Amino acid sequence: MGPRFRGDERMELPQLAPTTRLPYDAREVVDLREATLAGHPQALERYALAVLSHIGLVAAWYLFVKLGEVPKFVMPSPYETVHALLVPNYRWPENIAVTTVEIFAGYILAVVFGIGAALLFSWFRWLEMAVMPLLVSLNMIPKVALGPLIIVWFKYGVGPNAMMAFAICFFPIVLTTARGLREVEPDLLDLVHTLRGSRWQLFTKIQLPGALPYVFSGMKVAAILAVAGAIVGEFLGSDRGLGYLMLQVQVTLDTAAMFMAVILITLIGVVLYALVLALERALVPRDARLA
Amino acid sequence: MGEPFIHLAGVQKTYRTQGAPLLAISEATFDVETGELVSLVGPSGCGKTTLLKILAGLHPIDSGTVKIGSATQPFDPSRDIGMVFQQPLLLKWRRVIDNVLLPAEILGLPMAQSRARARDLLALVGLKGKEAMYPYELSGGMQQRAAIARALIHDPKLILMDEPFGALDALTREKMNLELLRIWQEAKKTIVFVTHGITEAVFLGTRVIVLTAGPARMADNFRVELAHPRTLEMKTGEAFGEYTRRIYRLLGME
Repeated sequence: MGPRFRGDERMELPQLAPTTRLPYDAREVVDLREATLAGHPQALERYALAVLSHIGLVAAWYLFVKLGEVPKFVMPSPYETVHALLVPNYRWPENIAVTTVEIFAGYILAVVFGIGAALLFSWFRWLEMAVMPLLVSLNMIPKVALGPLIIVWFKYGVGPNAMMAFAICFFPIVLTTARGLREVEPDLLDLVHTLRGSRWQLFTKIQLPGALPYVFSGMKVAAILAVAGAIVGEFLGSDRGLGYLMLQVQVTLDTAAMFMAVILITLIGVVLYALVLALERALVPRDARLA
Repeated sequence: MGEPFIHLAGVQKTYRTQGAPLLAISEATFDVETGELVSLVGPSGCGKTTLLKILAGLHPIDSGTVKIGSATQPFDPSRDIGMVFQQPLLLKWRRVIDNVLLPAEILGLPMAQSRARARDLLALVGLKGKEAMYPYELSGGMQQRAAIARALIHDPKLILMDEPFGALDALTREKMNLELLRIWQEAKKTIVFVTHGITEAVFLGTRVIVLTAGPARMADNFRVELAHPRTLEMKTGEAFGEYTRRIYRLLGME
């Protein structure tokens, strides 16, 4: 007998059980599409469900702390957390204001300079070819690592922390905006060229409005990053702000105040994000928005 | 007939890409009379679009002559070309009427009059009542109708269409063919219509120019002696079949 090769053996196919044929009645057939749609919540139900899940989280938090008898310094209850707001020493209004200013200042600067830089790139191609690769490289720097340097250069306070927020927001805005300005349908270019349209007309009528969805996509990413930037700045060096407060109460193990600070920081981020969304809704028609 | 509206003689065009130069058009010679609807038909990559872009003044040529306009029909290249592409390319952020107005804005035409004209044109292309909609609210066929209205807004003498119905489904395409013939007769424009649809080329054209690929060259140029207005029944007639067979033979498909 010669050598045996793979495939020489006959594959044993498993015997399938014979199917039972049932009498078919079209009236009993369930319309799968209708059934799926029936389980698909409407807009109002969706909002209600979203609100419910948030309430559910708070309820679960409460039950976990109460039933698990978790010590307050490990995890405070929702009530204790809100109660922390009543400690006047923590100067909540001032700290909230400081952090808000840092986030918004850094963010708005990043929007202005990011969009500005992208516009310059689209007007001067040589500038884009020179600077864009540099920006891509610089983007690889973990911006947080610049914190200690920023303190050395600019001391600490509201300005340097806004700078931190700026450093972290700038890149996504400039990169997405530049991309949006580059994406012009070649046929639309032809259309404008046959009409001997100027470069300015091409820019204002086609390029810029076409880039807006990209601008907002970058601005939304940056809105989340701005909050992180400002807080890291406060951790590294500051004498005011919610991040600073968190470091203060960490020493006294006032976990409830730390929880409250985190919630407030999150809320500032939510407000910023909501403002950007509202602006997008006002400026970009539904279909033109990027998901 | 006097001077033709479009006169092409010995047009040659080579693309200089990386590597070997690509001959896009080896020799194109034809005339188009005022008010004609000329179909340019041929397989993909036969230089139809290149020829259209040469007519639009978007591509320079290597040799030959391109002359558009005559003593009786003066031609201003910036004002007298309307373009329709395979994709409607409507601006998503503009309402239908503002999309139609785009060329008028670029040319700096008086806006009040242009707006009134845009309404008339939207009615002409069958989009009455859809002026304030956004493109995404329209079907593909309707979007292409809006694109045709946009090509007519500045009252150009020449409309260049690059496979405008190529992305539509077969039935919508037939309907749009009839619509285009109606619009052509009402608007009285000279149209150069690029297509790879042989039936479409014969059905629409007063003249058909056949281009073959590799190497790109003009293979035929004939008048289509079918009465106007054209009807879909004509497509099943003997005369129509003669024309389509003539093209199929040239493209080596029979």
